[in-house]
Amino acid sequence: MDRPDVMALFLHFLMLSAMAVGGTQTVMPDMHRYVVDVHQWITSKQFADAYALAQAAPGPNVMYVTLIGWQVAGWSGAIATTFALIIPSTAFTLLFARLSARNPDAPFGRALRRGLAPIAIGLTLASAWVLVRSVNHDWHGYLLTALTVAIVLRTRLNPLWLIAAGALAGMAGLV
Amino acid sequence: MPQEQPAPGTESEAARPRVTALDIFLAFTQISLSGFGGVMFWARHVLVERRRWFTEREFVETLAMGQMLPGPNIFNLGLMMGYRHAGFPGAFAAIAGFMGWPFLIVIGIGMLYARYEHLPLVQQALSGMSSAAIGLLIANGLKMASILPRHWRPWLFTLLAFAGVGVLRWPLIGVLGVLAPFGIAGAWKAKR
Repeated sequence: MDRPDVMALFLHFLMLSAMAVGGTQTVMPDMHRYVVDVHQWITSKQFADAYALAQAAPGPNVMYVTLIGWQVAGWSGAIATTFALIIPSTAFTLLFARLSARNPDAPFGRALRRGLAPIAIGLTLASAWVLVRSVNHDWHGYLLTALTVAIVLRTRLNPLWLIAAGALAGMAGLV
Repeated sequence: MPQEQPAPGTESEAARPRVTALDIFLAFTQISLSGFGGVMFWARHVLVERRRWFTEREFVETLAMGQMLPGPNIFNLGLMMGYRHAGFPGAFAAIAGFMGWPFLIVIGIGMLYARYEHLPLVQQALSGMSSAAIGLLIANGLKMASILPRHWRPWLFTLLAFAGVGVLRWPLIGVLGVLAPFGIAGAWKAKR
């Protein structure tokens, strides 16, 4: 395990955040690679726990990024990853908001959106792949994951109930 | 429950109320703190139905733009919404309301986690929560995939991105650096 380096953490997350087209879950595999595999600042389980806790807490799901920073280096880590998340998004979006007031729906913007969408989808599924392998150790876990997918796709149930059901299933020793 | 009001999204743009940075801060505080398990539902509910700062169409279009820009889409939507109504103070008010409270809440959760993560019951609950949370993520990816056209090219890019970053664990910057230009060029050519 390396000593936590908050500046390196900040810069790496800053770079990832600037690439996170289609949502922050697209860069999650690289966050995992960096803090778990490369530097071993936290374990794969801590990473997955941070993700699950942030889903259950009020607020945007992206707060797992803050929680990962907190686990790596406490307050300074949490502040570093959170600002690394916010700064590129804010800069690009405000720039875009100013420009698009002048030139709405240019053809290049459409090509950008259409070209990047399939990649964003592949990266979202890659995030799920990385997490599924660190969390599910036997078929019970995979069954719970599959049931959750089916319920989300077929009903309009608030996702929080599914997280709560997962917690109960875990406490009952079913997973 | 609020009283039933005329269908949202039908009023004219001129009838729109004046919105201050404080209003924006409060609205995004409400969205953020209501958003257990995701904020998308609440963003639409508050901005379109309750406050009527967006028509239905404006909301969808702004969301699509927020998706195209880096970062969380509702966060980008908040920035654009805040900027449009109240300039830079409005944009920063949206961020503060949206991220400020959850920041403190997850740190509180982090402290509890550090103290209790070793208890067996907590471990079991977290393990079940994680299995379910991953299910939400997979479902999200599948729902997003439903917008892809029935053509091999976009699916090939989805597969390559998944395999490179997920299965082979290559660094994202390399995978994106190769796939993105080809993806955009392909979509550009297919357009003509």
